[in-house]
Amino acid sequence: MSLTPAELTSSVSGGIGSSPQRPDGNLKVRGEYAYASDLWHEDMIWGATLRSPHPYAKILSIDLTEALKVPGVYAVLTHQDVPGRNLYGLEHKDQPVLAEDVVRYQGEPVALVGADHPETALRAMKRIKVEYEVLTPVVDMETAIDDTPLHPGGNLVRHVPIRRGDVSAKADVVVTGRYEVGMQDQAFLGPESGLAVPAEDGGVDLYIATQWLHVDQKQIASALGMPLPKVRLTLSGVGGAFGGREDLSMQVHACLLALHTGKPTKMVYNREESFYGHVHRHPAVLYYEHGADHTGKLVYVKAKIYLDGGAYASSTSAVVANAATLGIGPYEVHNLSIDAWGVYTNNPPCGAMRGFGAVQAAFAYESQMDKLAEALGMDPVDVRIMNAMTEGTLMPTGQVVDSAAPVAQLLKLVKDKPLPPPSGSVGSAGSAGVDLRNLPGGVSNTTHGEGVVRGVGYAVGIKNICFSEGYDDYSTARVRLQVINGEPAALAHTAACEVGQGLVTIMQQIVRSELGVERVTILPMDTSIGNGGSTSASRQTYVTGGAVRAACLAVKDKLAKLAAGRSTTDLVELLGDQVIDETVEWRHRATEPLDPVTGQGNAHVQYGFAAHRAVVDVDIELGVVKVVELDCAQDVGKALNPQAVIGQIQGGSAQGLGLAVMEEIQTAGGKVRNPSFTDYLIPTVLDMPPMSIDVLELADPNAPYGVRGVGEPPTISSTPAIVAAIRNATGLALTRVPVRPEHITNT
Amino acid sequence: MDFLRPETLAEALALKSERPDAVPIAGGTDVMVELNFDHRRPAALLDLTRIPELREHSSENGVVRIGSGVPYVRIIDELGGALPALAMASRTVGSPQIRNRGTVGGNLGAASPAGDTHPVLLVAGATVEAASARGVRFIPATEFYLGVKRNALEPDELITAIHVPATRAPQQFSKVGTRNAMVIAVCSFAVALHPGENRVGAAVGSAAPTPRRATEAEEFLSGELTATGQWESPKPLLDSVKRRFGELVAQAASPIDDVRGSAAYRKHALSVLARRTLGWAWQDYTGKAA
Repeated sequence: MSLTPAELTSSVSGGIGSSPQRPDGNLKVRGEYAYASDLWHEDMIWGATLRSPHPYAKILSIDLTEALKVPGVYAVLTHQDVPGRNLYGLEHKDQPVLAEDVVRYQGEPVALVGADHPETALRAMKRIKVEYEVLTPVVDMETAIDDTPLHPGGNLVRHVPIRRGDVSAKADVVVTGRYEVGMQDQAFLGPESGLAVPAEDGGVDLYIATQWLHVDQKQIASALGMPLPKVRLTLSGVGGAFGGREDLSMQVHACLLALHTGKPTKMVYNREESFYGHVHRHPAVLYYEHGADHTGKLVYVKAKIYLDGGAYASSTSAVVANAATLGIGPYEVHNLSIDAWGVYTNNPPCGAMRGFGAVQAAFAYESQMDKLAEALGMDPVDVRIMNAMTEGTLMPTGQVVDSAAPVAQLLKLVKDKPLPPPSGSVGSAGSAGVDLRNLPGGVSNTTHGEGVVRGVGYAVGIKNICFSEGYDDYSTARVRLQVINGEPAALAHTAACEVGQGLVTIMQQIVRSELGVERVTILPMDTSIGNGGSTSASRQTYVTGGAVRAACLAVKDKLAKLAAGRSTTDLVELLGDQVIDETVEWRHRATEPLDPVTGQGNAHVQYGFAAHRAVVDVDIELGVVKVVELDCAQDVGKALNPQAVIGQIQGGSAQGLGLAVMEEIQTAGGKVRNPSFTDYLIPTVLDMPPMSIDVLELADPNAPYGVRGVGEPPTISSTPAIVAAIRNATGLALTRVPVRPEHITNT
Repeated sequence: MDFLRPETLAEALALKSERPDAVPIAGGTDVMVELNFDHRRPAALLDLTRIPELREHSSENGVVRIGSGVPYVRIIDELGGALPALAMASRTVGSPQIRNRGTVGGNLGAASPAGDTHPVLLVAGATVEAASARGVRFIPATEFYLGVKRNALEPDELITAIHVPATRAPQQFSKVGTRNAMVIAVCSFAVALHPGENRVGAAVGSAAPTPRRATEAEEFLSGELTATGQWESPKPLLDSVKRRFGELVAQAASPIDDVRGSAAYRKHALSVLARRTLGWAWQDYTGKAA
């Protein structure tokens, strides 16, 4: 006989489609969850990092003498102490573990101190004498390619052109614009931290908060000059990531100190150091020209997109490809000329952040769609719906969109929601009973209704899900099934990082549903199992979820063999003393590289879509904004955990709100002006409104369970919807995000 | 670093006299941040949290005496009636957690130009009670702020209380930040009507090296109200008066361009805040007088 899924799932709760409680939820709310910064080891020492104060300088000399004299100091290390290759990077190996003869950004690591106390380490660090010859930094992304070369190959990281159709086609209406996106930070709350423990075999065990254990392992082993098996990583408690933990921060540094001193070494960045310790979202300058016929149908789009990668490449190449291939948004246009450039400068390095290239483009193309609607005298939603892509549309790359693309439906859903009542307090200045928390400025008491104008705006966005351009993107999962204490119990193991998004819960749900076993243990994520791929590109439920499911199916195959010829379907009876243990590597369908001249190719795995309607109250005299409503509709293919899906949409929308009205790392001459949560502001509960969310579940036949990546799309459309609403309230052009009070008040 | 924990005020003053380099700490919302970032490493911390009288407030002869260790949350909950603008300013400080710990004494001790309570203390006629082993002296708020993060305390002195006249007359406080809560002031403004003295108090925060009074704006408006007999029979204020008041408030500021906002924006915003808060205060006064 063979078992059917129905027989196995009949008695189990907490499977897919339900929202079981997260194992880490209560601990986090109570403040009892152990994050990487809480790691502790007997006899451990503390590491500190000396960083460059200059965006661009030659290092003339480094004098460690005084630092080494500080009692309690175990080691002071420079690039000379890096035993392996002193260069690493996600896509290009261009970044030194410790700077050699040049520093290319403010905050670049130059030396390390290991000491018996974190403050001893800091004190000693300040006694290291570095002599610099300060150089003029390259800071303008638009001219960087022709400026002083910062790396041997020049300042162009990647250029992605897309050419299709004929952009000289005649258009009745043409709108052009130049747009700017400021440098957003992931602003995860748990700073970079980890603990490196030297091992008896001469290797090292690193307990670390990261997004991708295996790519860390590879880069660390290369820098340490060690074979991979001697560098073992275990995921520690991660306090958020959003792309900012894809690159290395203190990983190699802590291992160097541990191996050099023979002592377990802990490193934790404080908030200020964290701003220098991870990559940010690429700032961008974008030039667009949209041509349409008199009905509003788009005839052509031309775009030139500059993305500032900062001092090192990180994932700039892939970000550039996203900005180009997703550069016109979820619309059908046949005549296209798009160029996107990612460049080196001496600004802070930029890399992965939620939305990854699609965010920057969306601010520009959605601003253009509003401009087009205005030029045509059309409703902004109508012009979008008229041009909306559908299943079957050709992407700018020539790739056919081969699963649901409900762009028009998502727009209609947000448009048809009832609007909130008008700002009730307008005209009642000074009256008692006004709840200030509902007004721009909140309890700062800046208005009782004076100057407050309501605005409404819409936006829709598109994001590629999973890794693209021919990357071998896979995940490894092991599932074991056995009887423990008379009950069937399953165990799942992957190296896919839980960064707070809820992957461990999803994995449990999948195992429960597939095996019909309620007791599911998730082993700590580590490198003792194969690659789980990155926790990014909205891919873990898709890819690691797919791998866990595939491992469950392999277990079920074995189970079916055990069941052959027996009459029972009871797992305990079937299994007896047997342990079924299966490990599977699972891949999504393959993609292709882009043609380097035309940008054509089936480069992406899947597309995700979300639409927002923002309602704002703007105090037009003070330039202060209150987002009153931020409603969203998104297709998720299949909601494996509906509550987690809603959480992702709320969080992603909030991050988009942040970029719209407050979040920016401000730089001047390559220096960061606001490396703190005092001056890098992220939304609070009084900035982020409650949301009404419509979740569509239009299954993608190519994806496990039909899932469609959830995490990134809501970040993409949230920002342009809010800015559109502010424009609607103020009548201003507002071509830069974040929108500051100065932009609204022209001061 | 020594951690000094006096049980009584006398003991605290003796310690401060012996160790003038000891940094007083109550809520710790400023001091601990500086310590954590290694921006400051005092030889000693003087913990004031064990001294009960610093955590009390009382009222006598129309003046509220607020112990320097009374947290903002209690000012909001317990003193909003007598000291409306101080309660409003306290409500804009940080988050609930910070308001549970932070104190006006700490705000004064740090003397940051962006401190939220300073403009209120300036317009409300507050006096700082400073004590040392040598005795007690009273420093008017208007003479307390000397420069960026510098105040009039002597090295052996501790702030023991703030004396603020209770009022039934309208007061307002308003501050601009680039988010709707938990934000440091881009600029702030306080206004207080003193009908008994035919006088208006106006002061700006986060718009000059120190919090400061807008003296010309005060004199213009006080003069205007007195000359037109409006203290006795208030009428709605002319827009031109409110605008002029706003302009003079903006002129009193000497702000800088920084990461939080431009100087031009600060001046502009102050004129708007001044106009609006005066409107609310005057509307209240008109209502009360009628």
